[in-house]
Amino acid sequence: MIEVNNLHKAFGEQEVLKGISAKFYKGKTNLIIGQSGSGKTVFLKSLVGLHEIDKGEIYYDDRRLAEMDRDAKTALRTEMGMVFQGNALFDSLTIEENITFSLGMFSKMSTSEKRDRANFCLNRVELENVNNKFPAELSGGMQKRVALARAIVMNPKYLFCDEPNSGLDPKTAIVIDQLIQELTKEYNMTTIINTHDMNSVMEIGDQVIYIKFGKLAWQGSSEEILTTDNEDINDFVYSSELFKKIKKKL
Amino acid sequence: MNKGIRAAGQYFLLLARTFKRPENWREYWKALMRDFDLLGLSSVWIVSVISIFVGAIVTIQTALNLDDSFIPDYYVAIAARESIILEFSPTMVSLILAGKVGSNIASTLGSMRVSEQIDALEVMGVNPASYLILPKIVATVVFNPILIAISMFLGLLGGFLAAGYLSDIAPADFIQGLQLEFNSFYVWYALIKTVVFAFIITTVSAYYGYYVTGGSIGVGINATKAVVSSSVAIIVANYILTQVLLG
Repeated sequence: MIEVNNLHKAFGEQEVLKGISAKFYKGKTNLIIGQSGSGKTVFLKSLVGLHEIDKGEIYYDDRRLAEMDRDAKTALRTEMGMVFQGNALFDSLTIEENITFSLGMFSKMSTSEKRDRANFCLNRVELENVNNKFPAELSGGMQKRVALARAIVMNPKYLFCDEPNSGLDPKTAIVIDQLIQELTKEYNMTTIINTHDMNSVMEIGDQVIYIKFGKLAWQGSSEEILTTDNEDINDFVYSSELFKKIKKKL
Repeated sequence: MNKGIRAAGQYFLLLARTFKRPENWREYWKALMRDFDLLGLSSVWIVSVISIFVGAIVTIQTALNLDDSFIPDYYVAIAARESIILEFSPTMVSLILAGKVGSNIASTLGSMRVSEQIDALEVMGVNPASYLILPKIVATVVFNPILIAISMFLGLLGGFLAAGYLSDIAPADFIQGLQLEFNSFYVWYALIKTVVFAFIITTVSAYYGYYVTGGSIGVGINATKAVVSSSVAIIVANYILTQVLLG
């Protein structure tokens, strides 16, 4: 479980996160939604330690992030996997090298063991015959799958995904969503996903958190999101004509 | 002023992060081999071509300036030798490398920064500053002196060829000039300068690449800043080292 208490983060004069508190549970896909510029990415990057927070506490299964020394943080990070918005695959490495990179850094696996693990992960995200290709040779959807394979290669306890559907067609987006959900259940991971895609919310959102102007404005399940009276979340969800029609039918 | 102090502080903090214990020596070794190829071996041809021609040009110009029946021909070789060993090879070639290697380092790291590859390394638990910059520093500090030694040899060879074919200086006179009053410390002085310049090129360029902001335009701007700043730093360091080692 990941627990966040009273998280604050500012860049200069601009306060981006204004005291967010939340709990993210194991084996669940926790979705963070909000408009562009609401602070979702800063929140996610603060959780993984890419941004130093100004105030507040972050706990990883009772381990407080701020109290960890360098070695403890490194150990924690080997328990994390992250899928970045733009995939962040290493351009100069092949797909197999990308996936086995952290195994090379932090495990004592032999080359053949690493290859087997890479093949297992590629198979898990339904990709084959791409081991020796470079990221630039793959489509956006395939790159996203590789990023997911790289994120799960170390059997992470915590999976973070920043806009995993951005730039993907609706069909591929659903496939990626379902893959993330399956992997979350399979490995019993605590998964946190940043998105503003309402299809993802309805498809895989076990817990949904809505952030508005750096504050937690609403929290609930994907079923509750359609029936809640909360004005903030309704403004966000029913800004789309499709969801307005769904709301009328409900 | 404040901006300059902040940048200097950020530069030294980056150096402190760079010189941390590697997570895995074998992976760093692989990165070092890649950087030897990318930053060292790939520069051999440009250094060679430039050195041969500049060596020839320096010799021809020196011969023109010393064209006097009271000045022995071997003086041309002495002057060309000192110019090439003391200044052209270590300083001018380092300035050329600041353009080639420096822009490569800044743009590579900058692209990695804007495409979140550096963040990805950090999330994996890898120290990105150390993994990305340390092998580059080692590669250039080790390989640039080899490049400069090649440059010295080819510069003098270019001078020898130009002297013989274009300036009517007898080969024996030129070789006599190359050997006469040769001070071997000058070679050490050149190599010491090269090591310092290699460190400057790599760390200054890495600093500009590592802290890129503003997307692909930012990468271009910082790559240019990296070349300009490392070139200026090389010239300033050249003056200080010359004062310290030869003054």
